[in-house]
This record gives sequence, C-alpha cells and structure tokens, in this order.
Amino acid sequence: MRMLDRVARKPWIWSWVAAFVVWFATIIVTGGASTLDLSQAALTFAAFSIIVGIGQMFVITLGPGNVDLSVPSTMTLAGTVALKLMDVDNAMILPGLGVTVLIGIGVGILNYALIKALRIPPIIATLSMSFIVQSAAIWTNRGLRIKPPNFLADFTTANTLGIPNVAVIALVISVIAWFLLERTIYGRWISAIGQSMPAAKMAGIPVDGTRFVTYVFCAVLASLAGYLLACFSGGAALNMGSEYLLMSIAVVVLGGTAVAGGDSNVPGIWGASLFMFLVVSMLNTYGLGAGIRLIMTGLIIISVIMLAGGRLPGVR
Amino acid sequence: MRPAFSADAMRLAIPALSLTVLLAAVFWLQPRAMSYVGLNLLFNLAVPIALATIAQMLIIAVNDLDLSMGTFVSFVACVTATFLRDAPLLGTLILAGAVLVYAVLGVVIHLRDLPSIVVSLGMSFVWGGLAVLLLPAPGGQAPDWARALMTTKPPLAPIAIVASIVIALGAHLLVMRSSLGVLIRGVGGNERSVERAGWSVLAARAAAYGLAGFFAVLAGIALVGLTTSADANIALRYTLLSIAGVILGGGEFIGGRVSPVGAVIGALTLTLAGSFLSFLRISPDWQIGAQGVILIIVLALRLFLNRVEKREKGQ
Repeated sequence: MRMLDRVARKPWIWSWVAAFVVWFATIIVTGGASTLDLSQAALTFAAFSIIVGIGQMFVITLGPGNVDLSVPSTMTLAGTVALKLMDVDNAMILPGLGVTVLIGIGVGILNYALIKALRIPPIIATLSMSFIVQSAAIWTNRGLRIKPPNFLADFTTANTLGIPNVAVIALVISVIAWFLLERTIYGRWISAIGQSMPAAKMAGIPVDGTRFVTYVFCAVLASLAGYLLACFSGGAALNMGSEYLLMSIAVVVLGGTAVAGGDSNVPGIWGASLFMFLVVSMLNTYGLGAGIRLIMTGLIIISVIMLAGGRLPGVR
Repeated sequence: MRPAFSADAMRLAIPALSLTVLLAAVFWLQPRAMSYVGLNLLFNLAVPIALATIAQMLIIAVNDLDLSMGTFVSFVACVTATFLRDAPLLGTLILAGAVLVYAVLGVVIHLRDLPSIVVSLGMSFVWGGLAVLLLPAPGGQAPDWARALMTTKPPLAPIAIVASIVIALGAHLLVMRSSLGVLIRGVGGNERSVERAGWSVLAARAAAYGLAGFFAVLAGIALVGLTTSADANIALRYTLLSIAGVILGGGEFIGGRVSPVGAVIGALTLTLAGSFLSFLRISPDWQIGAQGVILIIVLALRLFLNRVEKREKGQ
C-alpha cells in the first residue's frame, strides 16, 4: 500500500505508465520487429507536442481560465515567415531563427496586451489574436510551399546516436523549463499566482510582469515548434498547427499538471506526448479505421483523467 | 439605488448595440440586403450557430466549458443526414441517447470533480470518430421536414429572423424565468449555497448538460436542414464560435452570469461580421483576422460601458 501511495503521489507517473503500456502493446503485435523505428518515430513526433506543451503548461499554471489558444496560428505564422525569409538558403538559417523568436515575442506581447488592456478572459483574447495571426499567415503564405534550407531539412529529420535531433532539442528546452519552474524565483512566482492571484499580489509578487513573461514564453515556444515542424515536414502548410491546439492542452493535463493552476510538472509532458503518439500508432498497427481510432483516443483520454482525476481540484 | 433590471439591461444593451451598428453598416454598404431575401441570406447560417451558442451557454452557466461542441454538432448532423432520414425511429433514439450521454457527462464531471475542459476534449475525439464512422465521405441527405422547416417563407420576416427570435424567447423563458434555470445559474454563482438550500447540485448540473445536449442536437438538425447534406467536419468551428457568441452576448465564464437573448444576438453578430467583411471587399486573406478585430472592438466597447456603469453606481 505504501508503495502504491508513493507512486500515486507523483502526478506524472500515470502518463509514463500509460505510454509504456501502449508501447508494449504495440511491439507485442509487431513481434518486436520495428521496435527501434517505433520508438524513434514516437520521440520525433512527441518532440513537437512537448515543445508547445511546455509553453502551454506555463500558461495553464497561471490559474483558472489561463490558456493560450493562439498556439496553432503562431506555429503556422512562424513556420511560413521563416521559410519564406530563408528561401532555401543555408546562410539564412540564423536570421530565420531570429525572425521566429521575434514573431513569438510579438504575438505574446499582443496577447497579454489584450488580456490586460481589455480585461477579457485569456481564452477569448488569445482566440481573437489567433484569428489575426492566422490571417497574417494566410497573407504571407499565398499557397506557396517553400522548401526549408537543406541543412535544416536534414538536421530535423536525422538522428544523433539513435535519438532524433528534434527530441534532443525538446530535451534541452525541457531541462531549461524544469530549471525555470523548480529552481528560480520566477517558477515560484507563477505557481503562487496560479494558487491565488490576490495572495500573490499581497505578497508583493510582480503579478503583471510574471504573467506577461509567461505569455511571451509560450508564444516563443509555439513559434519555435512551428519553425522546426515546417522544416521537418518539408514546408509550411496553413493547417500545420491545427492539431496542436487540443494536443497542447491534452498533454499538459494528462501529464498531471493541475488544470486549476498552481501546480505543474515537466516530466509528465514527456509521458503524455509519447502516449498521445503511441496510442494512435498502436491503433494503426491493429489496423483500425480512422473512426474507431478517434473514439479510442477519446475514451483513453477520459479514462486517464478519471484515474488520475482524484488529485485535481476541478474548477474547470 | 438604480432599479434591479438595470444590470441585466446593460448586459443586453451592448450586444444589441453592436449588432445594430453592424447591420446598419451592412445596409449602408449594400442597400439590397435590406429585403426579405437579403436578410434571410445574411442570417441563414446564424440559426444553427445560435442554437449551439445557447447549448454552450448552459454549460458555461454551471462554470464549465464544452470543447466538444463543434464535433458533437457535426456528429448530430451526420446522424440527421443518414439515420434520421432513412430510419426516423432509430435516428431519434440515437439522438436521444446522445442527449443522455451529455447528462451522464455532467453527472460524472460533478461526482469525480473532473475538469470539464479535459472531459469534453476527450469527448470531442469520440464524437468525431463516430461521425467519421457514419459518413467517411461527405454525403447523406437532409430529412424532408428539416429541409422544409429551414426553407419556409413566413410572412413579414424571413425564417432566419423568426427562428432566432423563437430561440431567444424559448431560451430566455427556460434559463431566466423557470425555477430550473435559476437553479442552474445558482450552481454557477455559488454551488455551496445552492447545496445548503437543499437543492441537488448533481441534478442541476445533469439538467444543464442534458439541455445543452438537446440544444446542440437542434443545432445539428437545423444545420443539415440548411446544407442538405453533411460531413464529419461540417461544424468544427462551432466550438470556438459558440464560446465567442456567449461572451459577446454579455455572458461571463464564471459566476453563472449568462444572457440567453444576448447569446443569440452574439451568434447573429458573429455571422453578420462575415457578411460585413465580404461587403467591404476585404481581401479574403484578412477575413478571419478582421473577425478577430471585430471581436476585440465589441469587447472593448463592453469594457468601456461597464466602466461608465460602475462610475454611475459609485455616485
């Protein structure tokens, strides 16, 4: 019993257990033939969800109602503009990266400006913003599909020591995020704000500054993910971010971060992102159609949240 | 002391004002829209959106949020275009079952204290999957009665306007005037005091979810009546549209402060915004963006008027 207690107390353990079970269930069917391929694919695709998920986690930690719906459109805009600027030229990789970060900062600033100036709920503010950003992406894209520079295309699809490069980047970002959350005053501040904004204010925490930085951080991570995803998939598409809207929220919550805010954890994002990819590939391996696959995914998400749900103080 | 209806009136005044301004702008740009046919064309697609907005509003009234609204309406549309036409009894049973699932979700969310965002996120996959199973490719056909209902030509005002008024009135009576509505809004306002007053919060939440499911079913049927056929992705944008409609109509995310009439007006405003932009000849690239700008302007206006109201109260 004590063992079970200790395990259950770590909120991220559930997503890891779930991911491992699904991984195991898949390789049993394939007879272990494609174990390495499956693991590498899982790490690659999970990497993108991890990067956007971490940004979303910081925002959700800020408390009830805080969620960034502009993630998908920011990804699309960053991917489109960066590829257009780089124009298949290896020498332009760094400027492209710079523009990506600038776009993230810009969207983040505008998001928080709307939240603060108009006092509208973050969901609606980031939603309105996402419409504008999406339009900007459509306007710059014009249906053209520009290839990424060769170096980037190779880099994002290659492995280092058997580990996909994008997963390495995700790992670096995760370590930084973990450090920010657990070892800096900023991390304590966002948890404090998430637990009680009035209390945080009275304790003298710069609430506005902290929230502002968090929204900017989330948007920058989203645009970075867009940059990498566009290079990985050989060009930016207008709908490339759309699946990451629900995905970014799902991995945060499945990973054991409290939806009501004030409590977050980085390892859970990894478990949940791997799990989300592995579920789809497991159901694919079993040869199930798209409809059944979607239904199973939904039921699995609901079962996981019900299993881990006792812990969550559910405001939303 | 200002009279008690003032806050409610204020809550309605801003959405109504925004709609009027937008409508005036459309008429000014395109005077031919000021006719029976023109109005019907402008507001046609508003009917299903208004119904979905009312459904979302019921969920928001108990402090929850439904992220599966779009996929659920799509699912209902698929059922309507297949079973409800070919085997009306089975179709009705399926839709009744779907409403029941909504009520059960409310119970589960309440009992296990789950975050509604995540549960409805999971359900959005389930509804989407069911819709894909029913109609892997766009198709199906609207039942004749749904088609007939959505294309009737009542005297005086086009069906889109008549339907919107009926929806607004019905939802108003249900949410603002019935004791069940008061109970539902009470749960959003202060769950504990509702419980202490001897009411069952569980039943209230189940009722709110069940009613939301019912209105969403109506939205799906109305949508198929307009489009004549369905596909699994037909209403995906309803999730965000319905949330935006509730907020535009003066509702708030927490506290059970919602306005059914406002929600319908919010849905009409969102629909009209699209037509307004095409009359302005804004490049299609910027249409979505301009919709975002309109949303922001209306909300800014609301903030401004709220401040004026507060200042008057302070005196």
